[in-house]
Amino acid sequence: MPEPVRAIVPGVATGEVVVLDEPLSFWGGLDPETGRLIDTHHPQAGVTLMGRVLAMPSGRGSSSSSYVLAEAIRAGTAPIAVVLGEADAIVALGAIVAAELYGIEVPVVVTPALDLVSGRIVTVRARADGRAEIELV
Amino acid sequence: MPGALSLTDDDRATLDGARGEAARFAMRILTRTAGAMGAARLLDVTSAHIDGCLYHGRAGLDFARRLADDGARVTVPATLNVSSLDLLHPELVHLDPVIAADARAMMDAYVSMGCRPTWTCAPYQLPERPGLGEHVAWAESNAIVFANSVLGARTGRYGDFIDICCAITGRAPAAGLHLDEERRARTVFRVGGIPDALLDDEAAYAAIGHLVGRATGNAVPAIVGLPSNATEDHLKALGAAAASSGAVAMFHAVGVTPEAPNLDTATGGGEPTLDMAIGPTELRAARDELSTVGVGAAVGSVSLGTPHCSVAELGRLAELVEGRRLAVPCFVNTGRDVAAEAPDLIAVLREAGVSIVTDTCTYITPIIERAATPVVTNSGKWAWYAPGNLGFDVAFATLKECVDSAVAGRLVRDPEAWGDA
Repeated sequence: MPEPVRAIVPGVATGEVVVLDEPLSFWGGLDPETGRLIDTHHPQAGVTLMGRVLAMPSGRGSSSSSYVLAEAIRAGTAPIAVVLGEADAIVALGAIVAAELYGIEVPVVVTPALDLVSGRIVTVRARADGRAEIELV
Repeated sequence: MPGALSLTDDDRATLDGARGEAARFAMRILTRTAGAMGAARLLDVTSAHIDGCLYHGRAGLDFARRLADDGARVTVPATLNVSSLDLLHPELVHLDPVIAADARAMMDAYVSMGCRPTWTCAPYQLPERPGLGEHVAWAESNAIVFANSVLGARTGRYGDFIDICCAITGRAPAAGLHLDEERRARTVFRVGGIPDALLDDEAAYAAIGHLVGRATGNAVPAIVGLPSNATEDHLKALGAAAASSGAVAMFHAVGVTPEAPNLDTATGGGEPTLDMAIGPTELRAARDELSTVGVGAAVGSVSLGTPHCSVAELGRLAELVEGRRLAVPCFVNTGRDVAAEAPDLIAVLREAGVSIVTDTCTYITPIIERAATPVVTNSGKWAWYAPGNLGFDVAFATLKECVDSAVAGRLVRDPEAWGDA
């Protein structure tokens, strides 16, 4: 049995998957004005994360990443869901603050398998009780 | 996991609004985040250091205003980190006026909640600081690593939003470095063969920190072989660099820091996952990795004080610049309280043409203009972030090399210090 998908921030979203090969720090890595990946050290610099289901192995770097994620969610430039290989409090906090402050829910889920493929359309469903599913559309 | 967090009656009352709307909101954010972290409970903290006062966009202002408008007050002493502005020297910061106004409004909101307007990334240089074993909620990666490692206080890796929620509720998730088992070293670094003169300079420690951070990732490292008289400024430089190149929130310097009288105590007897030697060759490699220009290159300015300079560091700089003429601008970042403690040193530095920056830092707000690059710095953290954040060329150097370069207007290296052949 594969490990189940866990919800760490609830919400529901459907969109195109973008898989990042390396972890991204939103601070210095996500431009909240454009929704683009701007970390020049990252192999996928330049891709757009706006409106997509972002999948990456883990969070990385500065604790200011919570602020940058919340700001991007407010501005409508953020990913619509985040799928992580391991739990990350900094990513979770950014989504929690946006939900509490603006009522915009960006689900954050953890799945150690992280077997998503860029370009596919999926629905991420994360529940308040910690259960979650990722379904191909 | 949500649901696994157990709350006291007091926590629950706060969550139900018994202490007002702002405390309810803060407790709601805190408990949701604690749940996501897998914490079993919350614990009391005795102080907070707030990083949320640095402006990255409207969401931070909305958040601070929401709390302030609902009457939020901190319930433990709370210091404020650097902001986007220099309130004492506003002419130094070239920020868009609309952004500057929002940044200022956000700073005011935090002050209105009872936070102290310290505006420094080095709260450990202030007179009141936590002691061994004390639980605190500190944000800002260099302050976190200093509190855990050098003071032996206990803080998680807190940042924007959660820091003020901890300060308002006086509570923090009982997780991460608050817990004994998470503080044990899992990697070992053995420093040896570094010339004594180099080990007197912060740059050596920043280079060691850079190497440790690169190799250890988020595991707590133990460093063996540092001199027992390593100063707080040295350890500050090491921690700041390690927290930039890696996710280091705590290190042990064996025989130096309070939880590492010997290696066995630091590791708790566990087998390290990595055991690495650091000598002069590795230090030179770190120096070169942190530099995008080489010896002899024309330089545009010098930036010192990331993290903020202590009085002792201002003193060393004053000795080196006194009576000399600087060919390029030299900026030194320091805390307003530290600057107020050392008016004579500040006068010497100003006389030599050094620009004193307080309340903010040259790597996070526009102070240095593109024309004034490449920038020479003795900070591993500055050298790591500046090329990406600011798009500037940079050279990492000892303090003496920084000053000599400022006088010469080109990058001066001291081959004896680094042991270059």
